[in-house]
This record gives sequence, structure tokens and C-alpha cells, in this order.
Amino acid sequence: MEQLVIIGNGMAGVACLENILSHKHRFDITIFGDETHANYNRIMLSSVLAGEREADEITINGMDWYQKNGIGLRLGTRVIDVNTTLRTLTGEDGSVTRYDKLIFATGSSAFIPPMDGIYRRNVFTFRSMDDTNGMLRIAGPGKRAVIIGGGLLGLEAARGLQVRGCDVTVIHLVDTLMNNQLDSTAGDYVKEKMEAIGIKVLGGRRTKGLLGRDEVEAVELSDGERIPADLVVIAAGIRANSDLASRAGIQCNRGIIVNDYMETSDPRVFAVGECTEHRGETFGLVAPLFDQGKVLAATITGNRGPTFEGWAPAAKLKVMGVEVFSAGEFLETPGADVVRYEDPGSGVYKKLLVRNNRLAGCILVGDTTDSNRYMDWLRTGADLEVRRRNLLFPEPVTDKGSSIAEIPDNETVCGCMGVTKGRIIQVIHEKGICTMAQLKECTRASTGCGSCAGTCEGLLKAVAPDFVEEGKKVLCKCVPFSQDNLREIIFTQKLKSVQDVLEIYGDGIGCEICKPALSYLVDVVWCGDHEEDRSARFINDRVHANIQNDGTFSVIPRMRGGVTTPDELRKIADAADKYKVRTVKVTGSQRIDLLGVKKSDLPGIWADLGMPSGQGYAKGVRMVKTCVGTEFCRFGVQDAMTTGIELEKRLENLYTPHKTKLGVTGCPRNCAEVTVKDIGLVGQEGSWQVVVGGAAGKHVRKADLLITVETTDEAIEAALLFFQYYRENGNYLERTYDFVERFGIEKIRKETVYAQPKEKRILLRRLQKAKALSKDAWLDRENPTPTQFVQIQTIQSIMDTQVEATIQ
Amino acid sequence: MSAETTNWIRVTREENIPAREGRSVQIRDREIAIFNLGDRFAAIDAACPHRGGPLCDGIVTGNRAPSLDCGPVVGHAVVCPLHGWKVDLQTGDVLKPDVSVRVDTYDVRVSDDGVVEVAVPVAAQRSKKAA
Ligand code: SRM
Ligand SMILES: Cc1cc2nc3c(=O)[nH]c(=O)nc-3n(C[C@H](O)[C@H](O)[C@H](O)COP(=O)(O)OP(=O)(O)OC[C@H]3O[C@@H](n4cnc5c(N)ncnc54)[C@H](O)[C@@H]3O)c2cc1C
Ligand code: SF4
Ligand code: FES
Repeated sequence: MEQLVIIGNGMAGVACLENILSHKHRFDITIFGDETHANYNRIMLSSVLAGEREADEITINGMDWYQKNGIGLRLGTRVIDVNTTLRTLTGEDGSVTRYDKLIFATGSSAFIPPMDGIYRRNVFTFRSMDDTNGMLRIAGPGKRAVIIGGGLLGLEAARGLQVRGCDVTVIHLVDTLMNNQLDSTAGDYVKEKMEAIGIKVLGGRRTKGLLGRDEVEAVELSDGERIPADLVVIAAGIRANSDLASRAGIQCNRGIIVNDYMETSDPRVFAVGECTEHRGETFGLVAPLFDQGKVLAATITGNRGPTFEGWAPAAKLKVMGVEVFSAGEFLETPGADVVRYEDPGSGVYKKLLVRNNRLAGCILVGDTTDSNRYMDWLRTGADLEVRRRNLLFPEPVTDKGSSIAEIPDNETVCGCMGVTKGRIIQVIHEKGICTMAQLKECTRASTGCGSCAGTCEGLLKAVAPDFVEEGKKVLCKCVPFSQDNLREIIFTQKLKSVQDVLEIYGDGIGCEICKPALSYLVDVVWCGDHEEDRSARFINDRVHANIQNDGTFSVIPRMRGGVTTPDELRKIADAADKYKVRTVKVTGSQRIDLLGVKKSDLPGIWADLGMPSGQGYAKGVRMVKTCVGTEFCRFGVQDAMTTGIELEKRLENLYTPHKTKLGVTGCPRNCAEVTVKDIGLVGQEGSWQVVVGGAAGKHVRKADLLITVETTDEAIEAALLFFQYYRENGNYLERTYDFVERFGIEKIRKETVYAQPKEKRILLRRLQKAKALSKDAWLDRENPTPTQFVQIQTIQSIMDTQVEATIQ
Repeated sequence: MSAETTNWIRVTREENIPAREGRSVQIRDREIAIFNLGDRFAAIDAACPHRGGPLCDGIVTGNRAPSLDCGPVVGHAVVCPLHGWKVDLQTGDVLKPDVSVRVDTYDVRVSDDGVVEVAVPVAAQRSKKAA
């Protein structure tokens, strides 16, 4: 095996490695990364800063990926020396590693212009997860943030910090913002837009230094003005990390020099990513770097052939409401025609530079929908002669839906990941892809900034023979309709039982998938006023207990809010003794489980307990977990226990698409862990936050904020609105964490807490109706259906048959 | 099963086994699950060949030909509540997963006075007695 070592665990290096793995190779692979995080999507740091995503959502390849592929990962280890004669590299920890082939993928670092006092605390660059986390620790309402540099990164940092409540000022050396990508008119438009969202911009000002004791206190400009600052971000450009290579004797200029095969001056050493310089150009965006990765993977695995030809520089600003795109040349030069469109009222500015009927560059502000089209014209050198009349606007579309059909195959759909329409279509056909999730997994399209999701979905719809919009799949072969359809059918055809649906719209018998699902649907459509058919239910719902591996059952009585009494505990203890319960266990949901109860003992133990069913077996309301809150806790600001118990009373005995777990906590310390519950109430000074769609089971998802309200009544109402909306729209077996993602929190907000009062009343009324018809399932003990809990006893004594049999 | 080796046992009144559900009964050494399929009854061993799960507690489903997932429904099967093995109620064959294992099946009839009767092999009773 040859030893392949990669320095740099960033986007380009790992993307290249993914390509290497897809070739046949004989490498033993080790990767060094001086950051302590698994490979993540650096592009999305802006979204993490702005709170649009959580840090853990932007992982590209988690630890399991390295393990699965047998890659040695040396996280948190910086390589400090490379010896190309001995073919070794030395880590900061003193370790020495040999290589047969070496790839530099060291990326770039923030450029720090010469100025005084940069080593004060709370001064950041914006490059890594650590930088982002550092800023987030300090950012908050009332904090003053100063950004030095009005380029792409500076503006994205400014927006992120401003969303976090900071008072933000951007200082830029020249008058034009993003002057490496924009002309002065475009720069002015951007400035206006940034100011409109509340960010101060100081153009044409030079920073002299940073003032303060340990922590930064102000930024001093060369004209003497001082701008107070609690936090400073230096975003004055990037520099390729080529020092290490340069010291090892590898030819470098502004970056590590590579040829079209991504080879450096040393035959055993290669480079990829922002650390490279190719044909005199360095890079700052991922698309060309992914291209480089594909080429390098071919070169290094013995398939030398494909070449990297360079890309026109391009940039896109990811600030919501400030759309900016620029590619290629942007300053007017002799010999270039300027095609321009401007609408100051709506803040749209577009400029194309055309030379010899070929696009040389473009700037788009305020409307960037056509950026991919221009990017492709640039890359392919398309002849624009016949298009001259329609350069600024897409050619008129003749029929609906054809705009996707009109995209040429070689046009890039996903700019971040460099995925073309042709590639997507090819993969859809080859791999039989039919959902967005599969498409993302196979092509990486739409996993960068995500702005191409609409186009990708359109393509899927148009091309995939069995395209399934998430959640629109048919229930099963027995009743081939989607659940949305079935709800409609059940309602309009007035079908009240599972068997009715199966007989009219299905195969008359059904299966283990559709029967429980239909049981739920008839219940929710008729708000509980349906004909219950036990045979369509899973055994747990026939006997209201959870079946165990030995055929016995567990019994979890309801213990609202996790609050109990000595009397209840005594009854539980007595019942456990009487029925010889194998184990008594406190569950993860703040209640008590009696495990190993015989089916025939269930009615008896329920009667002895005298407590309602905790629905621990059902796709229904499990518990409302609470903390002690104001009643005891010195930090409590809301009464979590009372509120939790009230919420549980309002919802218990109802069924939901999948189990529903709730929580109420008395302050943001969140001792009841409600931000990972299906519905959570977070108490705050003078208000409640209602959060939904959290999870901490198979995977972890932080709940989305539904609304913040002042009173406890309003908080409970918001929870009920969401609860009923989920009941009515969720697919059977869809937890809220999937439901909220499928619907989108915006839509859910609009149709629940921000809905018209009349719509809210209707939702709540249906919930009340269902609640009124619901009952404690354990009351079945009073008149069970024949033989519901007992084994059948033969009429004829077996002894008789014995005799009979012997005689025969 | 031929008349010589089986014995009809009167088990229970038909209404004790609700439509589309199963119930188990102990007949000597055998625990047998009897299912009410609406127009007829079926009986198989109650213990799932996987890990002994109670087949009588499973959901009754259709059984499609030629393979499991397409074609018209040709009969009934039951899905074990523990891990989802699917057993044919006519032949006793395990249909899912694809393993060649089967459970014993028994003839069932309803007597004129509405009692479900199951044919249990005599040999089995003897062997139990001998054991
Ligand atoms: C008893 C209990 C474990 C305990 O001893 O604490 C438990 C036991 C089971 N859990 Fe759980 N879960 C229990 C708390 C949890 C929790 C913690 C919590 O509720 O705070 C979670 C994580 C939160 C969540 O719900 O996501 C949890 C996540 C799961 C999951 C994964 C759900 C997911 O979509 O991520 C399953 C599987 C499923 O539902 O598909 C599951 C399924 C099961 C089942 C029902 C599996 C089954 O179908 O047989 C287990 C039944 C065991 C038995 O034989 O009775 N259990 N389970 C807990 C009962 C709580 C209660 O009082 O009702
Ligand atoms: C906030 C932000 C927003 C961005 N937005 C966009 C965007 O919208 N679109 C776009 O296309 N691009 C964007 N980019 C740029 C994009 O992230 C980079 O082009 C890309 O990450 C470069 O990949 P790389 O692998 O070359 O470098 P990196 O991803 O930086 O990876 C290099 C890795 O090597 C490590 N390393 C360096 N030296 C050593 C050493 N000696 N030993 C061990 N490890 C070392 C570094 O710590 C780093 O982890 C953005 C960048 C940032 C910071
Ligand atoms: S969440 Fe707050 S109120 Fe509740 S127990 Fe914890 S610290 Fe106290
Ligand atoms: S015991 Fe029946 S499927 Fe496992």
C-alpha cells in the first residue's frame, strides 16, 4: 500500500478525497487537520452566524465516514514541517509521518492588514467554526460590532451579527463595497441595501488600530475618529496558505503553483483548493476547487488525463434581502460593450460586459436569478449574437414548465457544488432517484447555499419517472393513495371505519402498514367519532400496553408533569407486589414503568393502580416533562409544573401521527430539555417561547421557535394549535421533527399561530371535539371485548380427547 | 391431515374470536393460534419461528402472488408483533423474510352449533404423553 497523506481537512481536500475513493486505488490514507471539527461546510458559517442553521447541521462528512472508509484522521494536529527528501512530515505534536504521495489542501487564512493592537481580546477573523463560535459567545443585543472590510465575508459577518442583535458598523478602505467584484454603481446599491437593513457603512476610511486594555474597546481610524466596539471582525481578504509548501522547497507564488493536472514542482506532491495558484490565479470559491479535486483524483490514482482549465472568478453574497452576484470582468474597458439595466426604485442593477459577442463579465444586484445562466456563458464562451436582444432577460418562455426544459444540459444548476443539469439528469436515470434527499446524497447538488433547490426539484419532477414529493408517497400496495388523498376520501365519502376504506378503495384485507395508518386517519378525520376496529390496530393498541420480547407487557400509568404523590407511589408498590412485576423502572419520561405483566393481568393491575393510562405504547400523547420552576427553583421565572400538568390534561388520551412528547421548563436553563421535544414551552422573564419539532432520539434536532407570547394561556393555545395542525396534516408515523422540516416552520406559523382568528377557532374546535370523545384507554377493563385479555379455554376437556384419541 | 391421525377438538364459540383477529388456545403441548378471517377460520402454531413471538397477537394481512408485493391478494397471512415476520395462514410458510421455515397448520371448522373446532394430530398428543 502506498501512503497518501493530505494536509488540510477542509472542503477542497475532503471533496478531492471523496473522488479518490470513488476511483480504484491502493492508498493507505491519512489526513491532518488543525481544526478540531470533522469536515464541515465552511460556506454555511455565515448561516450559522446568522442563526439560520445550527453548527452541527453543516457537517459534510462526520466521524463515521472516516471510519467507514478506513481513513486515518489526525484532527487538531497542525503540520509544521515537510521534508521532501525524506518524504516525511512533522506534526505540531512531534509525530513524524512518512508519505509516498502528499496533497496540500491547506486552504487560506484571513489577511490581517498591518495595524496596531490586533492581539486584544474579542478580535476575530471569519474563517472557521472556532471563529464563528467565538463571535457568537460575545454577540447579543446591545453589543457594538465593528467589521473591518466591506467585501463578501465582511458583509456576511455584518449581517449575521446584526441578526444577533448587535449594533454593526462596517469600515471599508474605499468607497465602493465589494470593490473586488463590483463597480461603483453596484457598490452604491449594496451600500444602500445594507444601510436599509440597519447596518452602518463607513466607506473610504482607513483603520489605524484597535484600542483597549485586554479586551478591544474601540477602533481608531486614521483621521482620528474612534468607533466604540465590543467586538471586532477583520475581514480584509484572504491569503493562500502556501508557507509550509514554500519552506519545503515547492514552487510557490501567491499560492502553491499547480499545473493543469494539479501537480506541483515536486513529482510526489500535489495541491488542491484555495492554497493553489493556477495559471496565475488564486481562488476564493468552492466550485472551481471541486473541479480541481476531480482532476487531482484522476491524476493521483493513475488516471492522469483530465485537466483543470481554470474558472472565471465569481462571487455571490449570501445576505437575505441583499442579492449580489458578480463574475468575470466588472470594470468597463475599451472594446467591451456595456449592457445595463437599472431600477433604483426596486434596487435592481444589472450590467453585462460583452466583447466580440462573448460575455466577459457581469454584475447583478437585487435580482440574481439568472446568475447560473451568465456563469455558463462565461465558462463556455457561448456566442451571444442571436441572443443580443434578450441578454438581460431570459428568452420568452412559450409554455409553462418549459423554463427548466430550456436549460441546456451543460449549464450549471448548483453553483456551489458545480453540478450541471446534464449530470443531475444522468444520475436520476442511472440511480433511479426519486426524492430530493437522494439527489442531494448522490450529486451534492443543493447542499451548498441551497439557492438552487427549486430548480433541482423542478428537474426531478420533470425527469424522474417516479418522482415523489416528500410525504406524497402512496400509503401501500393495498390502498394505493397518499395519506393526504386518503384524508380527503375518508371525509368526502363519509367512511367511518378502516374496513370501509379497505373495501371501497383498497384490496379488502389490508396489511400491517395500512391498517394502523387508516385507524389513525379515520380517528383524526372524524375527531374520534369513528368506528373503532381493534383488528386494524397493532397489539399494543388492542390491549393498551407495550408488548415485550417475551410476550408479556409493560404498564406505565400517567403521572402528569412527572409529579406524583405518596399515595400513588404506595398503590404502585402494592400493585407491583401483587402482580409479581419483574422490574419497576423510572423511565426517561419522568414516570414509572411496571415491566413484565401478563396480558391477562392487565385489567386487574390497571384497576388496582387507579391511575389513567400513560399511553406509553401508543402513537399518541406521551408525557409533558416539567422542571420544578417557580414553585421551588431559585432561578424559576415561570410555573413549569402547573403549566405542564395543565397541558397534559388538555391533550392526554389523544392520538397523533407518531408519539408526541412535550415539555415545559421554568427558565431558559431548560432543565426539562424542552428544546428537543415535539412541543416545548420555555419560560422566560415575562413570556413563554413555544418551540416545536425538536428531537433527541434517533437523531437530534433543536426545536424551531413557533412564537413568543406573554401569558401562559397564550402559550398553551399556541401549543394546542400546533398539536391539532400536526394531527391533521402529519403522515402516520411521521414525528414532528420530520413534519416541521417537510412543511417548513414559516408555513406552519402562518397556518397556526399567525392564522386568521376564525381559522384558529376552527382548529381548536376540532381539537375540543376529539378531546370530548376521547377516554382513558384503560377503562376498557370495565367492559372488555370477549377474550381481549385472556387466553381461550377449550370447551371440550382435553382429557376427554385424550381418551378418544387413544381409543381411535 | 388424514382422519386417522387427527382429532377434532371443540375449542370455543365463534363470537369469542372477533373478526380479523386471532386468539390462542393451549391444546396439550401445542399452543395454537386461531384466526377469524370473516368467512372462515385458520389455525397455525402460535409461536413465531423467529423468536417465539405470539402470532395470535399479529395483524392479519393479505398475501399476494406471485411475490409478496404485487399481484392480486390470494390469501391471508399474519405479521408477528415482535419483529415483523410474516407467516402464511394457509400453508404455514414464512413469507418474510425469505427463509424456508414453516409452522404447523391445522384444519378448522365451525360446528352446526357455532363452535370452532380444530383438528389436532393424535400423534402429537401421544408423544407429549410419553414425554
Ligand atoms: C420505557 C422507555 C425506556 C426507559 O426505560 O426509560 C422506552 C422504551 C421504548 N422505547 Fe423509547 N422509551 C422511553 C423513552 C424514550 C425517550 C426519552 C424521552 O421520552 O424523554 C426517547 C427519545 C425521545 C424521542 O421520543 O425521540 C425514546 C426514543 C425512542 C425511539 C426513537 C424515536 C425517534 O423517532 O427518534 C423509539 C423507536 C420508534 O419510536 O420508532 C422508541 C421505542 C421504544 C419502545 C417502545 C420499542 C418498542 O416498540 O418496543 C421501547 C419499549 C420497551 C418496552 O419493552 O416496554 N423510543 N424513548 C421510556 C419510556 C418513556 C415513557 O415514560 O413513556
Ligand atoms: C464565512 C465564509 C463564507 C463563504 N461563502 C462562500 C460561498 O458562498 N460560496 C463559495 O463558493 N465559497 C464560499 N466561501 C469560501 C469557501 O469556504 C472556500 O473556498 C473553501 O472552504 C476552500 O476549501 P479549502 O479546502 O481549499 O480550504 P479550507 O476549507 O479552508 O480547508 C483547509 C483546511 O486546512 C487546514 N490547515 C491549513 N494548514 C494546515 C496545516 N499546516 N496542518 C493541518 N491543517 C492545516 C485549515 O485549518 C483548514 O481546516 C466562504 C468562506 C467563508 C469563510
Ligand atoms: S429550568 Fe430553570 S426553573 Fe427549571 S429547574 Fe432548571 S433552573 Fe430551575
Ligand atoms: S419473534 Fe416473531 S418476528 Fe421475531
